[in-house]
Amino acid sequence: MRPHFEEGGRFHSFKSVYDGFDTFLFTPTTTSTSGTHIHDAIDSKRTMIIVVLALMPCLLFGMYNVGYQNHLACGMTTFPFWHLFFYGFLAVLPKIIVSYVVGLGIEFVVAQWRKEEIQEGFLVTGILIPMICPIETPLWMIAVATAFSVIFVKEVFGGTGFNIFNVALVTRAFLFFAYPASMSGDQVFVAHDSIWGLGGNVADTFSGATPLGEVATMAGSDASMHLTAINGAELSNWDLFFGLIPGSVGETSTLCILIGAAILLLAGIASWRIVLSVFAGGAVMSLVAHLTATPTYPASFLSVEQQLCLGGFAFAAVFMATDPVTAARTNTGKYIYGFLVGVIAILIRTYNNGYPEGAMLAVLLMNAFAPLIDYCVVQCNIRRRMKRAKVNA
Amino acid sequence: MSITLHIKKGLDLNIAGAPEGDPTNATYIKPTSIALTPDDFPGLTLKPVVKEGDSVKGGQAVLADKKHPEITLTSPVNGIIKAIVRGERRKLLRIEITPADSDSSASLSTVSIESAESIKSLLMSSGLWAMIRQRPYDIVADPATAPRDIYVTALDTAPLAGNFDKIFAANAELLEAGVAALVKLTEGKVYVARRQGSAIPDIKGAEMVNVGGPHPSGNAGVIIANTHPINKGETVWTMDGFTLMRIGRLMKDGTANYDAYIALTGSEVASPGYIRTVIGADIKSLTAGRISETDEHKRFISGNVFTGENVGADGYLRSPYRQITVIPEGDDVTEFMGWASVSPKKMSVSRSFPGHFLHKIFRPDARLLGGRRAMIMSGEYDKVVPMDIMTEYLVKAIVSRNIEQMEALGIYEIAPEDVAVAEYVCTSKMPLQSIIREGLDYLRKELE
Repeated sequence: MRPHFEEGGRFHSFKSVYDGFDTFLFTPTTTSTSGTHIHDAIDSKRTMIIVVLALMPCLLFGMYNVGYQNHLACGMTTFPFWHLFFYGFLAVLPKIIVSYVVGLGIEFVVAQWRKEEIQEGFLVTGILIPMICPIETPLWMIAVATAFSVIFVKEVFGGTGFNIFNVALVTRAFLFFAYPASMSGDQVFVAHDSIWGLGGNVADTFSGATPLGEVATMAGSDASMHLTAINGAELSNWDLFFGLIPGSVGETSTLCILIGAAILLLAGIASWRIVLSVFAGGAVMSLVAHLTATPTYPASFLSVEQQLCLGGFAFAAVFMATDPVTAARTNTGKYIYGFLVGVIAILIRTYNNGYPEGAMLAVLLMNAFAPLIDYCVVQCNIRRRMKRAKVNA
Repeated sequence: MSITLHIKKGLDLNIAGAPEGDPTNATYIKPTSIALTPDDFPGLTLKPVVKEGDSVKGGQAVLADKKHPEITLTSPVNGIIKAIVRGERRKLLRIEITPADSDSSASLSTVSIESAESIKSLLMSSGLWAMIRQRPYDIVADPATAPRDIYVTALDTAPLAGNFDKIFAANAELLEAGVAALVKLTEGKVYVARRQGSAIPDIKGAEMVNVGGPHPSGNAGVIIANTHPINKGETVWTMDGFTLMRIGRLMKDGTANYDAYIALTGSEVASPGYIRTVIGADIKSLTAGRISETDEHKRFISGNVFTGENVGADGYLRSPYRQITVIPEGDDVTEFMGWASVSPKKMSVSRSFPGHFLHKIFRPDARLLGGRRAMIMSGEYDKVVPMDIMTEYLVKAIVSRNIEQMEALGIYEIAPEDVAVAEYVCTSKMPLQSIIREGLDYLRKELE
């Protein structure tokens, strides 16, 4: 079969695709021709798949939560598990398919054009995109935004490993700035329509704001705030932690995010330095905001636990800030990068009522600064070496 | 006087086929053919000074450097030049010699070896000079430079490497004689590195370095970086314990000895152990009857699995004549979805493989086990390179041919072997050793 795909073969235009599937199914028998004769069993395929695996708890919970929020919004009082899950599954699946088809399609074409192997980076990006978008985002918007970021954020720079910004986050940022009405407000975070008889149709007048969205509208109100679910029930900190609240599909449950974090850290895929320092930065900034709380900025009244559990903060800390390509690459740099991501995320969320959530912008901003942080760390090494030479000279 | 180093970063692999037994009892194997390979001596441009069919004596020059004709490679035995093998564009690949008898030493005149110059010229005419390397550039030492220090590594921490402490201990007086000659070649010190708790006694005249920790702690580069790092403009010479021992014998009684103690290792060796032979011996004689009889393709490596040369079953022992490793090639293995494997047989530093937690002996083959990618993961190299060098940034500086940045990031301190472990662990399967070698060669070409 292989000869058909080689140069001059009938299906040569699909060589990259063929190689992609071949190496996916069978470990390549290429052996080392220079340098070390043996190699570690870890490769970029396994690395990426483990990240996808770590995202599964969040994704599955997110599907259930999509169904749960729909039922809640329809005023239903019974919550049959499989009904909710299948409703959510059917609501989320088309988005996953669209994101993969568009993104991988572009990757396949570019790989063939460059005569390269297909790279695995999009396996993670493709699952992240539907997880960080509101459930009501139209499919065509996901398609447009995915195409934009895969082409202009990744491929023009040279593909996986060369991008400056996190591809999935740019997709979301693109949607956020291009179609603000579909990406924020109180209508987009709860699925509105019944699917194949599952779930119910939500009334147009219904308001399903995320807790952070709620907070942002409370400007000038008194200090004792109460976060409420979409049916008006009060939300405890444990509710925020378990995540049965409106929000983008994958980010609501801090518990599931922590399970994902455990998988990534145990497998040694994500940098514990970054995860730790993002949470540290977020905690410090939340504490400062809380201690200097003022009614002008209602989010400043949120406690540290609430700040860390709400919105996309935890998700960004574990799955976005840790992207090794766009994060700082030196060990010292990782602490600085992570800490600033945490601080800026809470800073934006608290002191800019126009942006109820700042995690996305914080990570993208620090993506831009990561090379500068690394530059400084590398300069320290260089200066140490120069100093040593002078002392000896 | 001694220094003790505890190296923390690095990696020791549990691979099947560690050598057993005592190297002092190693059986002597007479090779049926011997070859000298110019590629083993970077920095030299070697030209043959003999013709095919000539008969040569042990210790007689067969190759000489173009720039410094006094630097020679000598025939290790009495014999006949069988072939001068050339490759593409007439590049000299090797000189093959058929040995006449088993005597692998030669008596040379040692009339006056008091001055540094006479020591140097004796080393060069005996062929031992070519076994001395220098940093920067990791090439055969330039006799015109005065080294800041000389480092001798009487230990090898590479996977499955032999432990030759007993041989060095039994020949301590030769090491001493060698050190006595080397101190005349440098204004600095002669460091002799040994394993912590080694049987090698303190050598008079040398600064002993007791090294502990995982590979690459025994590499000269790592020991230098952790004792007295190299700065721009400085030169340090390095050699292994056997070279020092050969120099010692030459200085002591004028005998140039070309014996080599070899650890025959690897999962495909039936009974891994030690043998004694001559430098450049043919692999076939050395391994005959000692390889497991399976149908699998095998890879014959002269050296260790990190830095050795793939010489094939018909190849020859290559510098630094200490080890042969035979592992499965792996190109005849069909593995379904290997990236998803949870098999405990997979060897990895990643905790995503169950084998990582089992203290098992692995049997790795030569497959890359993944595709080459751009650099994706960060911090992987830092965990296994125990030097104050930011490997990733140095590699990037080399790839972009930025000389200023290469110098600033410490290219003068490093040799390809120092990043071999990083190359092994790299998720993106980067050919780091080749990149470092390219960088060193490029720098030398531009600055000379």
